Amino acid sequence: MSPDQSADQPDLHRTPLHDAHVALGATMVGFAGWSMPVKYTSDVAEHTAVRTAVGLFDISHMAQITVTGPDAAAFLDHALAGRISTLAPLQSRYTMILADSGGIIDDLIVTNTHLPADAGTPPSDAATDQAAGAAEPAPPTEFLVVANAANREPVLAALQERLLARSGADESAPGDTGAVTITDTHRALVAVQGPHAVAVLHDLAAAGDLVVNPGHAVAPDGTEITLDTLRYYRTVPATFRDAPVTLSRTGYTGEDGFELSIAPLQAGDLWEALLAVGQAHGIVPAGLAARDTLRLEAGMPLYGHELTLDTLPVQAGLGRVVATAKDDFVGKAGVEAGPAADAPVLVGLALPGRRAGRADYRVLDGEGTDVGVVTSGVLSPTLGHPIAMAYVRPDLSAPGTVLAVDVRGTAIPATVVELPFYRRSKES
Amino acid sequence: MAANDVPENLTYTAEHEWVAVDDDVATVGITAYAADALGDVVYVALPAVGDTVTIGDVVGEVESHKSVSEIFAPIAGEVVAVNDRLEAEAELAGSAPYEDGWLFRVRLDGGTEHLLDAAAYAAHIADA
Repeated sequence: MSPDQSADQPDLHRTPLHDAHVALGATMVGFAGWSMPVKYTSDVAEHTAVRTAVGLFDISHMAQITVTGPDAAAFLDHALAGRISTLAPLQSRYTMILADSGGIIDDLIVTNTHLPADAGTPPSDAATDQAAGAAEPAPPTEFLVVANAANREPVLAALQERLLARSGADESAPGDTGAVTITDTHRALVAVQGPHAVAVLHDLAAAGDLVVNPGHAVAPDGTEITLDTLRYYRTVPATFRDAPVTLSRTGYTGEDGFELSIAPLQAGDLWEALLAVGQAHGIVPAGLAARDTLRLEAGMPLYGHELTLDTLPVQAGLGRVVATAKDDFVGKAGVEAGPAADAPVLVGLALPGRRAGRADYRVLDGEGTDVGVVTSGVLSPTLGHPIAMAYVRPDLSAPGTVLAVDVRGTAIPATVVELPFYRRSKES
Repeated sequence: MAANDVPENLTYTAEHEWVAVDDDVATVGITAYAADALGDVVYVALPAVGDTVTIGDVVGEVESHKSVSEIFAPIAGEVVAVNDRLEAEAELAGSAPYEDGWLFRVRLDGGTEHLLDAAAYAAHIADA
Protein backbone atom coordinates (compact mmCIF):
# COMPACT_ATOMS: atom_id res chain seq x y z
CA MET A 1 0.00 0.00 0.00
CA SER A 2 1.23 3.45 -0.78
CA PRO A 3 -1.61 5.89 -0.19
CA ASP A 4 -0.91 9.30 -1.56
CA GLN A 5 -1.47 11.98 1.06
CA SER A 6 0.15 15.07 -0.28
CA ALA A 7 -1.87 17.92 1.24
CA ASP A 8 0.79 18.91 3.75
CA GLN A 9 3.11 20.49 1.20
CA PRO A 10 3.66 23.92 2.72
CA ASP A 11 3.50 25.80 -0.58
CA LEU A 12 -0.06 24.83 -1.52
CA HIS A 13 -2.57 27.64 -1.97
CA ARG A 14 -5.57 27.58 0.33
CA THR A 15 -9.08 28.63 -0.68
CA PRO A 16 -11.07 30.96 1.61
CA LEU A 17 -12.97 27.83 2.71
CA HIS A 18 -9.93 25.81 3.77
CA ASP A 19 -10.70 25.98 7.49
CA ALA A 20 -14.31 24.98 6.86
CA HIS A 21 -13.14 21.85 5.03
CA VAL A 22 -10.77 20.89 7.81
CA ALA A 23 -13.51 21.46 10.40
CA LEU A 24 -15.79 19.13 8.41
CA GLY A 25 -13.12 16.42 8.56
CA ALA A 26 -12.26 16.52 4.86
CA THR A 27 -9.35 14.57 3.46
CA MET A 28 -7.24 17.34 1.92
CA VAL A 29 -4.99 16.68 -1.09
CA GLY A 30 -2.76 18.74 -3.30
CA PHE A 31 -4.46 19.50 -6.63
CA ALA A 32 -3.05 21.89 -9.24
CA GLY A 33 -1.11 23.71 -6.54
CA TRP A 34 -4.08 23.97 -4.16
CA SER A 35 -4.96 22.17 -0.96
CA MET A 36 -8.43 20.85 -1.77
CA PRO A 37 -10.96 18.49 -0.17
CA VAL A 38 -10.95 15.21 -2.08
CA LYS A 39 -13.75 13.81 0.10
CA TYR A 40 -15.47 14.53 3.40
CA THR A 41 -16.90 11.10 4.23
CA SER A 42 -17.35 8.73 1.29
CA ASP A 43 -16.75 9.74 -2.32
CA VAL A 44 -19.56 7.43 -3.47
CA ALA A 45 -22.03 8.85 -0.94
CA GLU A 46 -21.13 12.37 -2.06
CA HIS A 47 -21.57 11.38 -5.71
CA THR A 48 -24.96 9.82 -4.99
CA ALA A 49 -26.11 12.86 -3.00
CA VAL A 50 -25.49 15.07 -6.05
CA ARG A 51 -27.42 12.67 -8.32
CA THR A 52 -30.37 12.30 -5.94
CA ALA A 53 -30.41 15.39 -3.69
CA VAL A 54 -27.80 18.16 -3.63
CA GLY A 55 -24.08 18.61 -3.05
CA LEU A 56 -21.96 21.64 -2.20
CA PHE A 57 -18.53 22.08 -3.77
CA ASP A 58 -15.73 24.54 -3.15
CA ILE A 59 -14.23 25.30 -6.56
CA SER A 60 -12.45 28.48 -5.55
CA HIS A 61 -9.23 27.06 -6.98
CA MET A 62 -10.55 27.84 -10.45
CA ALA A 63 -9.30 31.06 -12.02
CA GLN A 64 -11.89 33.81 -12.40
CA ILE A 65 -10.48 36.37 -14.80
CA THR A 66 -12.32 39.51 -15.85
CA VAL A 67 -11.76 41.09 -19.25
CA THR A 68 -13.18 44.59 -19.37
CA GLY A 69 -13.16 47.62 -21.61
CA PRO A 70 -14.86 48.87 -24.76
CA ASP A 71 -12.79 46.53 -26.95
CA ALA A 72 -13.20 43.45 -24.72
CA ALA A 73 -15.64 41.57 -26.96
CA ALA A 74 -13.59 42.07 -30.12
CA PHE A 75 -10.44 41.12 -28.25
CA LEU A 76 -11.97 37.87 -26.96
CA ASP A 77 -13.26 37.03 -30.44
CA HIS A 78 -9.61 37.16 -31.49
CA ALA A 79 -8.08 35.49 -28.43
CA LEU A 80 -10.58 32.63 -27.94
CA ALA A 81 -12.08 29.93 -30.17
CA GLY A 82 -15.72 30.91 -29.77
CA ARG A 83 -17.59 33.97 -30.98
CA ILE A 84 -17.82 35.91 -27.73
CA SER A 85 -19.22 39.14 -29.18
CA THR A 86 -22.58 37.46 -29.82
CA LEU A 87 -23.14 36.63 -26.14
CA ALA A 88 -26.22 38.38 -24.82
CA PRO A 89 -25.84 40.14 -21.48
CA LEU A 90 -25.80 37.53 -18.68
CA GLN A 91 -25.25 34.64 -21.10
CA SER A 92 -22.40 32.11 -20.70
CA ARG A 93 -20.65 29.97 -23.29
CA TYR A 94 -18.35 26.99 -23.15
CA THR A 95 -15.25 27.82 -25.20
CA MET A 96 -11.51 27.28 -25.45
CA ILE A 97 -8.28 29.16 -25.71
CA LEU A 98 -6.11 27.63 -28.44
CA ALA A 99 -2.44 27.76 -29.30
CA ASP A 100 -1.35 28.77 -32.81
CA SER A 101 -1.22 25.04 -33.61
CA GLY A 102 -4.93 24.74 -32.79
CA GLY A 103 -4.04 22.69 -29.69
CA ILE A 104 -5.99 23.40 -26.52
CA ILE A 105 -4.41 25.65 -23.87
CA ASP A 106 -7.54 25.37 -21.73
CA ASP A 107 -11.29 25.02 -21.87
CA LEU A 108 -13.20 27.96 -20.43
CA ILE A 109 -16.61 29.27 -19.55
CA VAL A 110 -17.00 32.89 -20.60
CA THR A 111 -19.91 34.98 -19.34
CA ASN A 112 -20.99 38.37 -20.52
CA THR A 113 -21.34 39.96 -17.07
CA HIS A 114 -22.02 43.41 -18.42
CA LEU A 115 -24.67 44.67 -15.96
CA PRO A 116 -27.76 45.09 -18.08
CA ALA A 117 -28.83 48.49 -16.83
CA ASP A 118 -29.45 49.24 -20.47
CA ALA A 119 -30.62 45.71 -21.24
CA GLY A 120 -33.67 46.66 -19.23
CA THR A 121 -34.12 49.85 -21.19
CA PRO A 122 -37.16 49.77 -23.44
CA PRO A 123 -36.14 49.13 -27.07
CA SER A 124 -37.78 52.41 -28.10
CA ASP A 125 -34.87 54.34 -26.56
CA ALA A 126 -32.37 52.70 -28.85
CA ALA A 127 -34.60 53.41 -31.77
CA THR A 128 -34.79 57.04 -30.70
CA ASP A 129 -31.00 57.21 -30.39
CA GLN A 130 -30.58 55.84 -33.87
CA ALA A 131 -33.17 58.19 -35.25
CA ALA A 132 -31.21 61.03 -33.69
CA GLY A 133 -28.09 59.80 -35.45
CA ALA A 134 -26.37 58.63 -32.29
CA ALA A 135 -23.80 55.83 -32.43
CA GLU A 136 -25.02 52.29 -31.84
CA PRO A 137 -25.45 51.39 -28.16
CA ALA A 138 -22.09 50.78 -26.45
CA PRO A 139 -21.13 47.13 -26.78
CA PRO A 140 -20.94 44.94 -23.69
CA THR A 141 -17.81 45.77 -21.76
CA GLU A 142 -17.28 43.10 -19.11
CA PHE A 143 -16.65 39.38 -19.41
CA LEU A 144 -15.85 36.76 -16.78
CA VAL A 145 -13.50 34.03 -17.98
CA VAL A 146 -13.37 30.93 -15.76
CA ALA A 147 -10.29 28.76 -16.35
CA ASN A 148 -8.96 25.59 -14.77
CA ALA A 149 -6.82 26.00 -11.66
CA ALA A 150 -3.85 24.29 -13.28
CA ASN A 151 -4.06 26.70 -16.21
CA ARG A 152 -4.38 30.01 -14.38
CA GLU A 153 -0.90 31.19 -15.40
CA PRO A 154 -0.90 29.87 -19.01
CA VAL A 155 -4.31 31.41 -19.68
CA LEU A 156 -3.40 34.77 -18.13
CA ALA A 157 -0.10 34.80 -20.02
CA ALA A 158 -1.74 33.93 -23.34
CA LEU A 159 -4.42 36.58 -22.92
CA GLN A 160 -1.90 39.25 -22.03
CA GLU A 161 0.42 38.27 -24.87
CA ARG A 162 -2.44 38.36 -27.37
CA LEU A 163 -3.56 41.74 -26.10
CA LEU A 164 -0.08 43.17 -26.61
CA ALA A 165 0.36 41.57 -30.03
CA ARG A 166 -3.03 42.81 -31.15
CA SER A 167 -2.42 46.41 -30.13
CA GLY A 168 0.95 46.36 -31.85
CA ALA A 169 -0.40 44.83 -35.05
CA ASP A 170 -3.54 46.89 -35.37
CA GLU A 171 -2.23 50.21 -36.64
CA SER A 172 -5.70 51.66 -36.94
CA ALA A 173 -6.26 51.31 -33.20
CA PRO A 174 -2.90 51.73 -31.51
CA GLY A 175 -4.51 52.39 -28.13
CA ASP A 176 -6.19 49.01 -27.86
CA THR A 177 -4.32 47.89 -24.77
CA GLY A 178 -5.86 50.81 -22.94
CA ALA A 179 -9.29 49.63 -24.05
CA VAL A 180 -8.98 46.15 -22.48
CA THR A 181 -8.05 45.26 -18.93
CA ILE A 182 -7.34 41.68 -17.83
CA THR A 183 -7.69 41.01 -14.09
CA ASP A 184 -7.30 37.84 -12.03
CA THR A 185 -10.03 38.44 -9.46
CA HIS A 186 -9.18 35.77 -6.85
CA ARG A 187 -12.86 35.54 -5.97
CA ALA A 188 -14.29 32.48 -4.28
CA LEU A 189 -16.55 30.08 -6.19
CA VAL A 190 -18.97 27.52 -4.76
CA ALA A 191 -21.18 25.13 -6.70
CA VAL A 192 -24.60 23.90 -5.51
CA GLN A 193 -25.39 20.89 -7.68
CA GLY A 194 -28.22 18.38 -7.81
CA PRO A 195 -31.97 18.10 -8.32
CA HIS A 196 -32.60 19.94 -5.04
CA ALA A 197 -30.19 22.79 -5.78
CA VAL A 198 -32.94 25.21 -6.79
CA ALA A 199 -34.88 24.44 -3.59
CA VAL A 200 -31.80 25.19 -1.49
CA LEU A 201 -31.39 28.59 -3.11
CA HIS A 202 -35.11 29.29 -2.72
CA ASP A 203 -34.79 28.62 1.01
CA LEU A 204 -31.74 30.86 1.23
CA ALA A 205 -33.77 33.58 -0.47
CA ALA A 206 -36.77 32.95 1.79
CA ALA A 207 -34.49 33.35 4.80
CA GLY A 208 -33.61 36.80 3.51
CA ASP A 209 -29.94 35.93 2.99
CA LEU A 210 -30.01 35.73 -0.80
CA VAL A 211 -31.54 38.34 -3.09
CA VAL A 212 -31.65 37.20 -6.70
CA ASN A 213 -31.61 39.91 -9.33
CA PRO A 214 -31.85 42.98 -7.08
CA GLY A 215 -31.46 45.23 -10.13
CA HIS A 216 -34.45 43.66 -11.92
CA ALA A 217 -32.46 42.61 -14.99
CA VAL A 218 -34.56 41.14 -17.77
CA ALA A 219 -34.01 38.12 -19.97
CA PRO A 220 -33.81 38.57 -23.76
CA ASP A 221 -37.57 37.93 -23.93
CA GLY A 222 -38.17 40.98 -21.75
CA THR A 223 -39.27 39.17 -18.57
CA GLU A 224 -37.53 39.77 -15.25
CA ILE A 225 -35.05 37.01 -14.38
CA THR A 226 -35.88 34.92 -11.31
CA LEU A 227 -34.33 31.80 -9.77
CA ASP A 228 -36.96 29.72 -11.55
CA THR A 229 -36.61 31.33 -14.96
CA LEU A 230 -32.80 31.51 -14.94
CA ARG A 231 -31.84 29.18 -17.78
CA TYR A 232 -28.89 26.84 -18.17
CA TYR A 233 -25.74 28.79 -19.07
CA ARG A 234 -27.33 32.07 -17.95
CA THR A 235 -26.15 34.32 -15.15
CA VAL A 236 -27.86 36.85 -12.94
CA PRO A 237 -26.52 39.28 -10.33
CA ALA A 238 -27.49 38.50 -6.73
CA THR A 239 -26.51 39.53 -3.24
CA PHE A 240 -25.73 37.40 -0.20
CA ARG A 241 -26.24 39.51 2.93
CA ASP A 242 -25.47 42.58 0.77
CA ALA A 243 -22.28 41.10 -0.73
CA PRO A 244 -22.41 40.93 -4.54
CA VAL A 245 -22.77 37.42 -5.98
CA THR A 246 -22.58 36.35 -9.60
CA LEU A 247 -25.11 33.51 -9.77
CA SER A 248 -24.87 31.20 -12.80
CA ARG A 249 -26.88 28.15 -13.77
CA THR A 250 -23.82 26.12 -14.69
CA GLY A 251 -21.99 23.09 -13.38
CA TYR A 252 -19.72 20.16 -13.98
CA THR A 253 -21.84 17.30 -12.71
CA GLY A 254 -24.55 16.63 -15.29
CA GLU A 255 -27.21 17.78 -12.82
CA ASP A 256 -29.18 21.00 -12.48
CA GLY A 257 -27.26 23.44 -10.34
CA PHE A 258 -25.69 26.79 -9.75
CA GLU A 259 -22.27 28.33 -9.32
CA LEU A 260 -21.92 31.33 -7.01
CA SER A 261 -18.97 33.69 -7.25
CA ILE A 262 -18.39 35.87 -4.18
CA ALA A 263 -15.61 37.89 -2.57
CA PRO A 264 -13.30 35.72 -0.42
CA LEU A 265 -14.26 37.42 2.85
CA GLN A 266 -17.94 36.47 2.49
CA ALA A 267 -17.33 32.95 1.16
CA GLY A 268 -17.25 31.26 4.57
CA ASP A 269 -20.61 32.71 5.59
CA LEU A 270 -22.17 31.72 2.27
CA TRP A 271 -20.82 28.16 2.62
CA GLU A 272 -22.20 27.84 6.17
CA ALA A 273 -25.56 29.31 5.18
CA LEU A 274 -25.92 26.92 2.22
CA LEU A 275 -25.10 23.91 4.41
CA ALA A 276 -27.60 25.10 7.04
CA VAL A 277 -30.59 25.73 4.73
CA GLY A 278 -29.60 22.73 2.61
CA GLN A 279 -29.90 20.30 5.49
CA ALA A 280 -33.64 19.91 4.91
CA HIS A 281 -32.86 18.99 1.29
CA GLY A 282 -30.14 16.44 2.04
CA ILE A 283 -27.17 18.64 1.16
CA VAL A 284 -23.69 17.22 1.68
CA PRO A 285 -20.33 18.86 1.10
CA ALA A 286 -18.73 17.04 -1.82
CA GLY A 287 -15.06 16.76 -2.75
CA LEU A 288 -12.95 16.50 -5.86
CA ALA A 289 -13.31 12.70 -6.04
CA ALA A 290 -17.09 12.99 -6.46
CA ARG A 291 -16.64 15.94 -8.84
CA ASP A 292 -14.46 13.75 -11.05
CA THR A 293 -16.81 10.75 -11.14
CA LEU A 294 -19.81 13.04 -11.74
CA ARG A 295 -18.23 14.88 -14.66
CA LEU A 296 -16.99 11.64 -16.17
CA GLU A 297 -20.48 10.08 -16.10
CA ALA A 298 -21.75 13.29 -17.72
CA GLY A 299 -19.15 12.89 -20.49
CA MET A 300 -17.48 16.20 -19.67
CA PRO A 301 -13.78 16.47 -20.57
CA LEU A 302 -11.10 17.40 -18.06
CA TYR A 303 -8.07 19.41 -19.04
CA GLY A 304 -4.87 17.38 -18.79
CA HIS A 305 -6.82 14.20 -19.50
CA GLU A 306 -9.15 14.55 -22.49
CA LEU A 307 -7.87 18.00 -23.48
CA THR A 308 -4.20 18.89 -23.98
CA LEU A 309 -1.98 21.20 -25.97
CA ASP A 310 -1.48 18.32 -28.42
CA THR A 311 -5.21 17.82 -28.97
CA LEU A 312 -7.29 19.64 -31.57
CA PRO A 313 -10.87 20.40 -30.45
CA VAL A 314 -12.33 18.20 -33.20
CA GLN A 315 -10.47 15.17 -31.87
CA ALA A 316 -12.25 15.64 -28.54
CA GLY A 317 -15.60 15.88 -30.32
CA LEU A 318 -15.67 19.61 -29.62
CA GLY A 319 -15.32 20.98 -33.14
CA ARG A 320 -18.60 22.86 -32.67
CA VAL A 321 -16.96 24.99 -29.94
CA VAL A 322 -14.72 26.63 -32.52
CA ALA A 323 -16.31 29.44 -34.54
CA THR A 324 -14.30 28.72 -37.68
CA ALA A 325 -16.28 31.32 -39.65
CA LYS A 326 -14.63 34.12 -37.65
CA ASP A 327 -12.22 36.13 -39.79
CA ASP A 328 -9.31 35.68 -37.48
CA PHE A 329 -8.58 34.09 -34.14
CA VAL A 330 -5.54 32.51 -32.57
CA GLY A 331 -5.41 28.86 -33.66
CA LYS A 332 -7.56 29.30 -36.78
CA ALA A 333 -4.91 28.04 -39.18
CA GLY A 334 -4.19 25.01 -37.02
CA VAL A 335 -7.86 24.15 -36.66
CA GLU A 336 -8.45 24.56 -40.40
CA ALA A 337 -5.46 22.35 -41.25
CA GLY A 338 -7.11 19.75 -39.02
CA PRO A 339 -5.63 16.65 -37.45
CA ALA A 340 -4.01 13.88 -39.50
CA ALA A 341 -6.52 11.45 -40.98
CA ASP A 342 -5.39 8.75 -38.54
CA ALA A 343 -5.22 11.02 -35.48
CA PRO A 344 -6.97 9.42 -32.50
CA VAL A 345 -10.46 10.54 -31.51
CA LEU A 346 -12.21 10.61 -28.16
CA VAL A 347 -14.71 7.85 -27.38
CA GLY A 348 -16.64 6.53 -24.41
CA LEU A 349 -15.96 2.97 -23.29
CA ALA A 350 -18.18 0.73 -21.15
CA LEU A 351 -16.58 -2.22 -19.34
CA PRO A 352 -18.08 -5.14 -17.43
CA GLY A 353 -17.20 -6.05 -13.85
CA ARG A 354 -15.68 -3.79 -11.21
CA ARG A 355 -12.13 -3.03 -12.33
CA ALA A 356 -11.80 0.33 -14.03
CA GLY A 357 -9.57 1.12 -16.98
CA ARG A 358 -7.73 4.19 -15.72
CA ALA A 359 -5.84 7.10 -17.22
CA ASP A 360 -2.84 5.96 -19.30
CA TYR A 361 -3.97 2.33 -19.56
CA ARG A 362 -3.66 1.08 -23.13
CA VAL A 363 -6.63 0.28 -25.36
CA LEU A 364 -6.29 -2.89 -27.47
CA ASP A 365 -8.16 -4.29 -30.45
CA GLY A 366 -9.36 -7.89 -30.80
CA GLU A 367 -5.86 -9.06 -31.74
CA GLY A 368 -4.26 -7.36 -28.76
CA THR A 369 -2.75 -4.57 -30.87
CA ASP A 370 -2.33 -1.23 -29.14
CA VAL A 371 -4.95 1.11 -30.66
CA GLY A 372 -5.32 3.86 -28.10
CA VAL A 373 -5.12 5.09 -24.53
CA VAL A 374 -7.55 5.72 -21.69
CA THR A 375 -7.65 9.35 -20.50
CA SER A 376 -10.10 8.96 -17.59
CA GLY A 377 -11.77 5.90 -16.12
CA VAL A 378 -13.69 4.89 -13.04
CA LEU A 379 -16.24 2.43 -11.71
CA SER A 380 -19.37 4.48 -12.34
CA PRO A 381 -21.27 4.85 -9.05
CA THR A 382 -24.53 5.55 -10.88
CA LEU A 383 -24.28 2.86 -13.56
CA GLY A 384 -22.52 0.20 -11.48
CA HIS A 385 -19.95 -0.74 -14.13
CA PRO A 386 -16.65 0.82 -15.18
CA ILE A 387 -16.69 3.67 -17.71
CA ALA A 388 -13.82 5.40 -19.43
CA MET A 389 -12.97 8.02 -21.98
CA ALA A 390 -10.19 7.10 -24.36
CA TYR A 391 -8.48 8.24 -27.54
CA VAL A 392 -8.59 5.48 -30.15
CA ARG A 393 -7.87 5.04 -33.83
CA PRO A 394 -10.66 6.76 -35.79
CA ASP A 395 -11.62 3.57 -37.66
CA LEU A 396 -12.39 1.94 -34.29
CA SER A 397 -14.47 4.79 -32.85
CA ALA A 398 -17.99 3.78 -33.93
CA PRO A 399 -20.39 2.93 -31.09
CA GLY A 400 -20.69 -0.82 -30.70
CA THR A 401 -17.06 -1.50 -31.59
CA VAL A 402 -15.62 -4.01 -29.13
CA LEU A 403 -12.12 -3.20 -27.91
CA ALA A 404 -10.29 -4.04 -24.69
CA VAL A 405 -8.47 -2.17 -21.96
CA ASP A 406 -5.22 -3.55 -20.57
CA VAL A 407 -5.98 -3.38 -16.83
CA ARG A 408 -2.61 -4.12 -15.26
CA GLY A 409 -1.97 -7.11 -17.49
CA THR A 410 -5.55 -8.32 -17.97
CA ALA A 411 -7.37 -7.44 -21.20
CA ILE A 412 -10.88 -6.47 -20.13
CA PRO A 413 -13.44 -6.11 -22.94
CA ALA A 414 -14.59 -2.54 -23.57
CA THR A 415 -17.40 -1.47 -25.89
CA VAL A 416 -17.42 1.94 -27.57
CA VAL A 417 -20.55 3.82 -26.45
CA GLU A 418 -22.06 7.24 -27.11
CA LEU A 419 -21.22 10.04 -24.69
CA PRO A 420 -22.46 11.02 -22.20
CA PHE A 421 -22.71 7.86 -20.14
CA TYR A 422 -25.35 9.44 -17.95
CA ARG A 423 -28.02 12.00 -18.80
CA ARG A 424 -30.35 13.28 -16.11
CA SER A 425 -34.07 13.00 -16.60
CA LYS A 426 -35.41 16.47 -17.29
CA GLU A 427 -38.75 15.83 -15.57
CA SER A 428 -37.35 16.04 -12.06
CA MET B 1 -13.76 4.72 12.14
CA ALA B 2 -10.97 7.24 12.50
CA ALA B 3 -8.09 7.27 10.05
CA ASN B 4 -5.64 7.22 12.96
CA ASP B 5 -7.13 4.08 14.53
CA VAL B 6 -4.12 1.85 15.30
CA PRO B 7 -5.11 -1.16 17.45
CA GLU B 8 -2.50 -2.00 20.11
CA ASN B 9 -2.64 -5.77 19.56
CA LEU B 10 -1.51 -5.71 15.91
CA THR B 11 1.81 -5.21 14.17
CA TYR B 12 2.30 -3.06 11.07
CA THR B 13 4.35 -2.24 8.00
CA ALA B 14 5.36 1.18 6.74
CA GLU B 15 3.27 0.32 3.64
CA HIS B 16 0.11 0.55 5.78
CA GLU B 17 -0.64 -3.12 6.26
CA TRP B 18 -1.43 -4.81 9.56
CA VAL B 19 -0.40 -8.32 10.65
CA ALA B 20 -2.01 -10.33 13.43
CA VAL B 21 0.04 -13.37 14.46
CA ASP B 22 -1.74 -16.32 16.07
CA ASP B 23 0.69 -19.15 16.69
CA ASP B 24 2.27 -19.79 13.27
CA VAL B 25 -0.47 -18.18 11.15
CA ALA B 26 -0.47 -14.45 10.32
CA THR B 27 -3.57 -12.57 9.15
CA VAL B 28 -2.93 -9.56 6.89
CA GLY B 29 -5.08 -6.51 6.14
CA ILE B 30 -4.82 -2.82 5.33
CA THR B 31 -4.85 -0.17 8.04
CA ALA B 32 -7.55 2.39 8.73
CA TYR B 33 -5.14 5.05 7.52
CA ALA B 34 -4.77 3.32 4.16
CA ALA B 35 -8.51 2.72 3.92
CA ASP B 36 -9.22 6.39 4.57
CA ALA B 37 -6.69 7.47 1.98
CA LEU B 38 -8.12 5.14 -0.67
CA GLY B 39 -11.77 6.03 -0.30
CA ASP B 40 -14.50 3.55 -1.09
CA VAL B 41 -12.93 0.22 -2.11
CA VAL B 42 -14.47 -1.36 -5.22
CA TYR B 43 -12.22 -4.30 -6.01
CA VAL B 44 -9.65 -6.44 -4.21
CA ALA B 45 -7.27 -8.86 -5.92
CA LEU B 46 -5.86 -11.51 -3.55
CA PRO B 47 -3.20 -14.21 -3.80
CA ALA B 48 -4.31 -17.81 -4.29
CA VAL B 49 -4.38 -20.34 -1.46
CA GLY B 50 -1.20 -22.38 -1.77
CA ASP B 51 0.92 -19.50 -3.10
CA THR B 52 4.30 -19.12 -1.45
CA VAL B 53 5.13 -15.48 -0.76
CA THR B 54 8.26 -13.70 0.40
CA ILE B 55 8.51 -10.33 2.08
CA GLY B 56 7.91 -7.47 -0.37
CA ASP B 57 6.24 -9.57 -3.08
CA VAL B 58 3.32 -7.86 -4.78
CA VAL B 59 0.55 -10.30 -3.90
CA GLY B 60 -2.58 -8.33 -4.74
CA GLU B 61 -4.17 -4.95 -5.12
CA VAL B 62 -6.85 -2.81 -3.57
CA GLU B 63 -8.76 -0.62 -5.98
CA SER B 64 -10.94 2.31 -4.98
CA HIS B 65 -12.86 4.75 -7.14
CA LYS B 66 -9.84 6.99 -6.93
CA SER B 67 -6.81 4.79 -7.24
CA VAL B 68 -5.18 1.39 -7.20
CA SER B 69 -2.69 0.33 -4.53
CA GLU B 70 -0.57 -2.78 -4.54
CA ILE B 71 -0.51 -5.14 -1.59
CA PHE B 72 2.96 -6.28 -0.56
CA ALA B 73 3.50 -9.48 1.40
CA PRO B 74 4.55 -8.27 4.87
CA ILE B 75 5.78 -11.71 5.94
CA ALA B 76 6.99 -14.90 4.24
CA GLY B 77 5.18 -18.20 4.04
CA GLU B 78 2.38 -20.11 2.37
CA VAL B 79 -1.02 -18.56 1.81
CA VAL B 80 -3.49 -20.76 3.69
CA ALA B 81 -6.67 -18.69 3.41
CA VAL B 82 -8.07 -15.68 1.60
CA ASN B 83 -11.10 -13.59 2.50
CA ASP B 84 -13.64 -14.80 -0.06
CA ARG B 85 -16.21 -12.27 1.10
CA LEU B 86 -14.19 -9.53 -0.60
CA GLU B 87 -15.08 -10.95 -4.00
CA ALA B 88 -18.65 -9.74 -3.63
CA GLU B 89 -18.13 -7.18 -0.88
CA ALA B 90 -14.84 -5.48 -1.67
CA GLU B 91 -15.96 -2.41 0.28
CA LEU B 92 -15.35 -4.33 3.54
CA ALA B 93 -11.61 -3.88 3.04
CA GLY B 94 -12.17 -0.16 3.48
CA SER B 95 -15.14 -0.04 5.85
CA ALA B 96 -13.98 -2.73 8.32
CA PRO B 97 -10.25 -3.04 7.64
CA TYR B 98 -9.38 -4.62 11.02
CA GLU B 99 -12.29 -7.08 11.07
CA ASP B 100 -14.41 -8.41 8.20
CA GLY B 101 -12.13 -6.69 5.68
CA TRP B 102 -9.03 -8.83 6.37
CA LEU B 103 -7.24 -9.94 3.19
CA PHE B 104 -5.38 -13.26 3.55
CA ARG B 105 -3.64 -15.64 6.00
CA VAL B 106 -0.12 -16.99 5.73
CA ARG B 107 1.51 -19.93 7.54
CA LEU B 108 4.71 -18.25 8.64
CA ASP B 109 8.04 -19.34 7.24
CA GLY B 110 10.29 -16.78 8.88
CA GLY B 111 10.18 -14.09 11.48
CA THR B 112 8.00 -11.09 12.21
CA GLU B 113 10.47 -9.00 14.16
CA HIS B 114 10.82 -6.54 11.25
CA LEU B 115 7.22 -5.41 11.74
CA LEU B 116 6.35 -2.17 13.56
CA ASP B 117 4.49 -2.14 16.87
CA ALA B 118 1.44 0.08 17.23
CA ALA B 119 3.38 3.00 18.72
CA ALA B 120 5.94 2.96 15.93
CA TYR B 121 3.26 2.78 13.24
CA ALA B 122 1.27 5.57 14.86
CA ALA B 123 4.41 7.69 14.80
CA HIS B 124 4.95 6.74 11.14
CA ILE B 125 1.53 7.96 10.00
CA ALA B 126 1.82 11.07 12.16
CA ASP B 127 4.92 11.96 10.11
CA ALA B 128 3.34 11.13 6.76
